Amino acid sequence: MGSLGEATRTALALIAGADPTLAGIVALSLEVSLSAVACATVLGLPLGAAVAVGRFPGRHAIVVLLNALMGLPPVVVGLAIYLLLSRAGPLGELGLLFTPGAMVLAQTVLILPIIAALSRQTVEDAWREYEEQLRSLGATGFSGSMTVLWDSRFSVVTIVLAGLGRAVAEVGAVIIVGGNIDGVTRVMTTAIALETSKGDLPLALGLGIVLISIVIALNAAAYLVKEAAQRRYG
Amino acid sequence: MILPLELVRVAYRDIIKPLSIRIDAGPTTIILGANGAGKSVLMRLMHGLLTPTGGQVFWQERDARRARRLQAMVFQRPVMLRRSALSNLLYALDLAGMPAVERESTARRALEEVGLQHLADRPARALSGGEQQRLALARAWALHPEVLFLDEPTASLDPTATREIEAVIRAFDAAGTKILMATHNLAQARRIGDEVIYLHQGRVMERTPADQFFSKPVSAEAAAFIKGELPWA
Amino acid sequence: MGVIFRAVLLLALSLSAQAQERFITVSSTTSTEQSGLFKYLLPIFEKKTGIKVHVVAVGTGQALDIGRRGDADVVFVHAKPLEEKFLAEGHGVKRFDVMYNDFVLIGPRPDPAQVIGMKDVAQAFRTIKAAQAPFVSRADKSGTYFAELELWKAAGIDIAKDKGPWYRETGQGMGPALNTAAAMNAYILADRGTWLSFKNRGELDIVVEGDTRLFNQYGVMLVNPAKHPNVKADLGQAFVDWVISADGQHAIAGYQINGQQLFFPNATR
Repeated sequence: MGSLGEATRTALALIAGADPTLAGIVALSLEVSLSAVACATVLGLPLGAAVAVGRFPGRHAIVVLLNALMGLPPVVVGLAIYLLLSRAGPLGELGLLFTPGAMVLAQTVLILPIIAALSRQTVEDAWREYEEQLRSLGATGFSGSMTVLWDSRFSVVTIVLAGLGRAVAEVGAVIIVGGNIDGVTRVMTTAIALETSKGDLPLALGLGIVLISIVIALNAAAYLVKEAAQRRYG
Repeated sequence: MILPLELVRVAYRDIIKPLSIRIDAGPTTIILGANGAGKSVLMRLMHGLLTPTGGQVFWQERDARRARRLQAMVFQRPVMLRRSALSNLLYALDLAGMPAVERESTARRALEEVGLQHLADRPARALSGGEQQRLALARAWALHPEVLFLDEPTASLDPTATREIEAVIRAFDAAGTKILMATHNLAQARRIGDEVIYLHQGRVMERTPADQFFSKPVSAEAAAFIKGELPWA
Repeated sequence: MGVIFRAVLLLALSLSAQAQERFITVSSTTSTEQSGLFKYLLPIFEKKTGIKVHVVAVGTGQALDIGRRGDADVVFVHAKPLEEKFLAEGHGVKRFDVMYNDFVLIGPRPDPAQVIGMKDVAQAFRTIKAAQAPFVSRADKSGTYFAELELWKAAGIDIAKDKGPWYRETGQGMGPALNTAAAMNAYILADRGTWLSFKNRGELDIVVEGDTRLFNQYGVMLVNPAKHPNVKADLGQAFVDWVISADGQHAIAGYQINGQQLFFPNATR
């Protein structure tokens, strides 16, 4: 309990002190994870919607695969992307290894299945309600699925937040492909891992509290936006 | 013109036994029957929401998309998007390919036709059941369909709302739209219908002008139904 | 799907557009980074040459592997046999000694085994075992743990067979292991850097130091551009040259924790 108190005091001191290194780490964490969420959302929502309403051979296998990939271990994704981006690997020419870009790539791969699988379920459930009316009005499969997706936008917000949570929380992928380089690819989770391995637990816990506070703030903001919109549109 | 509609030995699993029927423009056709008789399935086969497992459905217009464009369907429970009442109509008009400049005026006229113009900007899902069903009819009205399918449109509504809906249906009829309505409500069938197709366990038992049907039904099943003796499925 | 993948790659690339600045990638070890040396040293180098240094700090094995794959320009570790193997495989150009830091034997002030002031650390280990005095081992496959095992071997003791209840294997990192030793008043082998920053000493202090077997030699190598054409050879060489130059060596000696020097430069030209 004592270390928790010390950790909280450290967290408050860190925030109040507006330490530029900490600010840089927080900014990079948000930049990487928000970029990854944006990519994964742009790719994952249409993918999920398409699989939800489409009827094609192998559809069941894809649904199972998307669901299963939600549980991809971050460290495995990190390793795979590392091997891809290493100079000794197929995409080495891009010189992306040990850069924030690699971290965005890894996190996008990690959360794409979450967004696709959950939006697939959401659209599939809603499609049962909407399908006949939309087909009667002449909506083809894909355009109908996008209409349903937009109509389910409040659920989609929660799905995107789930993806964001997963991205911000993970350390296994970004530490391998980013290298936890001081000032370049160090994010909150890798900084916490570093301080823990150094034995500076109060600092590690303090950083953890800062991280959780930011995530709570993001979620609260999203919730307020959702509530306001829901009141307007039912 | 997409009518007349021809069903040639159309069947659907064991719900609809192979039947052939021709639907012409003009009279309001009621598809009458007990629950489980197959009314909803038959309507959906006609409208193209279900593919028959046997036989074929022919509209006068061979292009399926153009044929669909001139039909509209209202379901027992209205399905509205999470948008304003007006936006729901605009969406339907967009899908139908109406040029953007015409959409709003057409939509507003349709809302007026059903008496919902004052609720244009309200979230559609916030409307009452009766209002949403009227909105569904307004959506259909805006499309100016040649054929309007109605699948038990007032089954979930109270008598007042039911009367409002029936008034709109009569307006459609007066404007020249062919009405095809499925119902198990005898009184409603009597009020609105010009001819009755009586369905029993997936078979057309008879097809008679309305007043004749209610006074002198041909089949024993129809007679029992009218007397209210048929067990519910 | 291919279009999608390429789009994400483009975004990733644009985010890494900082590739425009002059920088090199150095793979090194976690203990070196955690000592704080790089934070002190690299700004000096950058000020002099305008070259930024990105340090990827991992385990020794992984640091060399990064060099083997050509993902680093310079390798800076402290495992001479492994470095020479790296060189023999053709992945490095030339190996230079840079500096050493040392391990120290820590023990309780009451000193039950009476090893204070011994000059021969192997002798100290033998004495501790004979006295069955409590000894904390990291037992975590770290560089320090392997150094400890080497010292038991040098003392002629097969510790895996002959350990007793006095030998406590904790599987912990250096900081936590020191905490355990302080609580138990036990002996423990530690790197000087962590010891200097360690606050929770209790009755512990340095009992043996200075034996050359306690020295931890650092070497630097430029990754071979002949084998890995993407290596920034001139920038990397600039770093190697500076680190072994009088300037760099002086800077290394200037790094202190709590007023104590941590690394002892020993580059020979």
